[in-house]
Amino acid sequence: MLFSRYRFFAFWRLTPFIVAALVLAPVAVVVSSLLAPAGDIWQHLLETTLPDILINTFWLAAGVICGTALVGIGLAWFISVYEFPGRRFFAWALLLPMAMPAYVTAFVALGLFDFTGPVQTTLRAWLDSDLSWFPEIRGRAGVILVMTLAFYPYVYLLAKNAFLSQGKRSLEVAQSLGLNKVQGFFKVALPMARPWIAGGLMLVLMETLADFGTVAVFNYNTFTTAIYKAWFSMFSLQAASQLASLLIIIVFVVIVLEQQFRARMRYAESKRTARAQRITLSGWQGGVVSGSMFSVLFLAFLLPVMQLSYWAADSFAHDYDFARYLDFLWHSLSLSGMAALLICAMVIAMVYAARRYPDTATKNAVRIATIGYALPGAVLAIGVYLPLTWLDARLSELALNWFQMDTGQILQGTLVAMLIAYLIRFMAVSHYPIDSAMQRITPSIDEAAMSLGVHGWTMIKKVHAPILKPGIFTAAALVFVDVMKEMPITLMTRPFGWDTLAVRIYEMTSEGQWDQAALPAVTLVLAGLIPIFLLMRQTEK
Amino acid sequence: MLSQIKSHFSIAFFFLLSIVAVCPVHAEEVVVYSARIEQLIKPMFDAFTKETGIKVKYTTDNEGALLARLEAEGKNTPADMLITADAGNLWAASQAGLLKPVKSGVLESNIPAHLRDPANEWFGLSIRARTLIYNTKKVKPEELSTYEDLADPKWRKRLCLRTSKKVYNQSLVAMMIAEHGEAKTEEIVKGWVANLATDPLSDDTRALEFVAAGKCDVTIVNTYYFGRLMSKDPKLPLAVFWPNQNDGGVHVNISGAGVTRHGRHEAAAIKLLEFLSSDKAQNLFADVNMEYPVNPKITADPFVAAWGEFKQNPMNLAKAGELQTAAVKLMDRAGYR
Repeated sequence: MLFSRYRFFAFWRLTPFIVAALVLAPVAVVVSSLLAPAGDIWQHLLETTLPDILINTFWLAAGVICGTALVGIGLAWFISVYEFPGRRFFAWALLLPMAMPAYVTAFVALGLFDFTGPVQTTLRAWLDSDLSWFPEIRGRAGVILVMTLAFYPYVYLLAKNAFLSQGKRSLEVAQSLGLNKVQGFFKVALPMARPWIAGGLMLVLMETLADFGTVAVFNYNTFTTAIYKAWFSMFSLQAASQLASLLIIIVFVVIVLEQQFRARMRYAESKRTARAQRITLSGWQGGVVSGSMFSVLFLAFLLPVMQLSYWAADSFAHDYDFARYLDFLWHSLSLSGMAALLICAMVIAMVYAARRYPDTATKNAVRIATIGYALPGAVLAIGVYLPLTWLDARLSELALNWFQMDTGQILQGTLVAMLIAYLIRFMAVSHYPIDSAMQRITPSIDEAAMSLGVHGWTMIKKVHAPILKPGIFTAAALVFVDVMKEMPITLMTRPFGWDTLAVRIYEMTSEGQWDQAALPAVTLVLAGLIPIFLLMRQTEK
Repeated sequence: MLSQIKSHFSIAFFFLLSIVAVCPVHAEEVVVYSARIEQLIKPMFDAFTKETGIKVKYTTDNEGALLARLEAEGKNTPADMLITADAGNLWAASQAGLLKPVKSGVLESNIPAHLRDPANEWFGLSIRARTLIYNTKKVKPEELSTYEDLADPKWRKRLCLRTSKKVYNQSLVAMMIAEHGEAKTEEIVKGWVANLATDPLSDDTRALEFVAAGKCDVTIVNTYYFGRLMSKDPKLPLAVFWPNQNDGGVHVNISGAGVTRHGRHEAAAIKLLEFLSSDKAQNLFADVNMEYPVNPKITADPFVAAWGEFKQNPMNLAKAGELQTAAVKLMDRAGYR
């Protein structure tokens, strides 16, 4: 047995339950609202906006899932299996949009393409027409497009991890069975990459359902905007929590279905094969592929960065305060770094525990542990805050009774509280990549290693670590940039004076000053390149 | 067994105390939760610290989150003062029992009655007028008259509005309900929606840009957004129109503050509040955002004053909070997104 000689082993076995309990606290706070009546707001919603909200949310989720699947899988497949001009550059450059928050892509898109933007203004001047035929960007298609550009890296990254190690081989297998390349992709490669792709799409779905920033810029009504409205405009946290509970239930059902579906499949693909020979694309084919990749990169990253830089240069003179920006930057980086380490460590322990003890309770604990990502940020923030303040109140009572100390707040307003809140939100982001990597370590690998006398830590170091490494780096990079982009939890739980770049962006965009938000946004994007660069160095051997 | 648990717990607890810096309660600081952004509060806080030696610690967030946070923290809150950028949320904070009445002659003489809570739990510190801005190339000022008139079919496809999700519009509609009743207000809002040239926009700046670009002819915004845009680009074909000068007056809102019920530095918080309403700070508070001072003795910044004098609606702003939920529901029914 792997760890049977160690007593501490009982502890890590409990990790899924500890994390699940942490996540459950805020979720329970939210879901408990279902028991209390929320007055006549439901009646009002049913009579007015709810049907629209449901239809809007459904189309948005469907559109973004299809869009990111198409873009993410397509890019990953060509990068992994084919050789064409610029392939090495695109392999990492296509990760860059990870650093671009969706809400930033959103206001840049409107800034450029809306009626008052330079594109339409110039065209109106040239053509001397009112451009009534110009497609309206502030609509469903516009939101779907922006979110697809912002979220495809989740799918691309995970799919690339899958295809790199097996894409070419699965094609060879397919050809030996007499299938052509297209059939090989759909019948062999795609099914083999399922856990990764499903993980990526799950993240996209949760992110889409929880998004507020992007839909607010577009004034597109979704479940999340309804939650915010019930809470912030009608002062009914009750109704807001009930709406959020529905969201949690929907996502939970999707998670369970997805896993049921996957449970019937076995994966055993362990070796990262030696770099297979890529299939070289001929001149015009290579050109088409390179061109498509460039367009995605241009729309999702280069164009927004150019527009942001232009705005930033404009506001630079009166907003730039070097010392403060260094503070923002340092806060953003250190918070994200700490969160990435903490969350990945927890997930690794959790995934190991789930692997050794695949009982139903553990499985459910793992499912619960990832649900925090689907909750709109503000709802989760207050969900985290309530138990935290309760705990703080108990602690300060104790301090008063036992030590006669008047402590005020103990946990709140500290980094500890903030990191716990991040942990609750971002478990999913780290879980999918690491869990997919873990699925590659088949029982037969362990058995083979043990028969050679490899046990415990040696086994982990020598056998597991190389297989898990790409997944762990992917997870760490994703969490890092996600924490850096996060707004509501950061706003609510940050200690005094701990303003980050995201806080700065919030302050400017909340006043509609997009050009003023550009400087912190550019800084955020550049800082987000650090983990992406590290990830690339680690996984692109 | 029990004693063991207790000792374990003690150790854990001491550990907790040791990692968290336990601040003794200072007499000489005041802690502020602000929904008004940092840029618009820091200069006044710096001036206050310079004058009194009292340090101001502050954190910013959106008003809904701050209210939820105050409520969750209850008796343990570190906050001594809540600042918001509208009256509705101050009213909500007061309803939730988060604020405490302040008896202060200074505040009563500096702040007109309709811009503070009748029960003295919150106080306006600057006035934000929500007025009409029109495109000077397409509209003659004599065509304009009132907010209500924008529902008239003659404005078909000529109106731009910010989304109904923003509290400024919710307050405006709430005050209209107070004045006209629900049925008539709903007619008016439906008329607005019918006259929209484009779907409601995410913020006031966007609405102004749309008017300037000629997508629509008129919009309803807070004056400081107009001020910001014009100071960047003075050539824009935009001008202010003060509506309802013969009935009701211009709808105003406030940036304001209240002292929290459970704060630890009540005296310092009241001192800060009085300072913010005083001659010294009033100009700073209003001018930093091109708003109007609440203190009638103080004149607005010349750039702002140049937009002309106007009669403001004298109804007490508590109504904006009281009727906010009704206003939101009404706008939903009217299809105003």
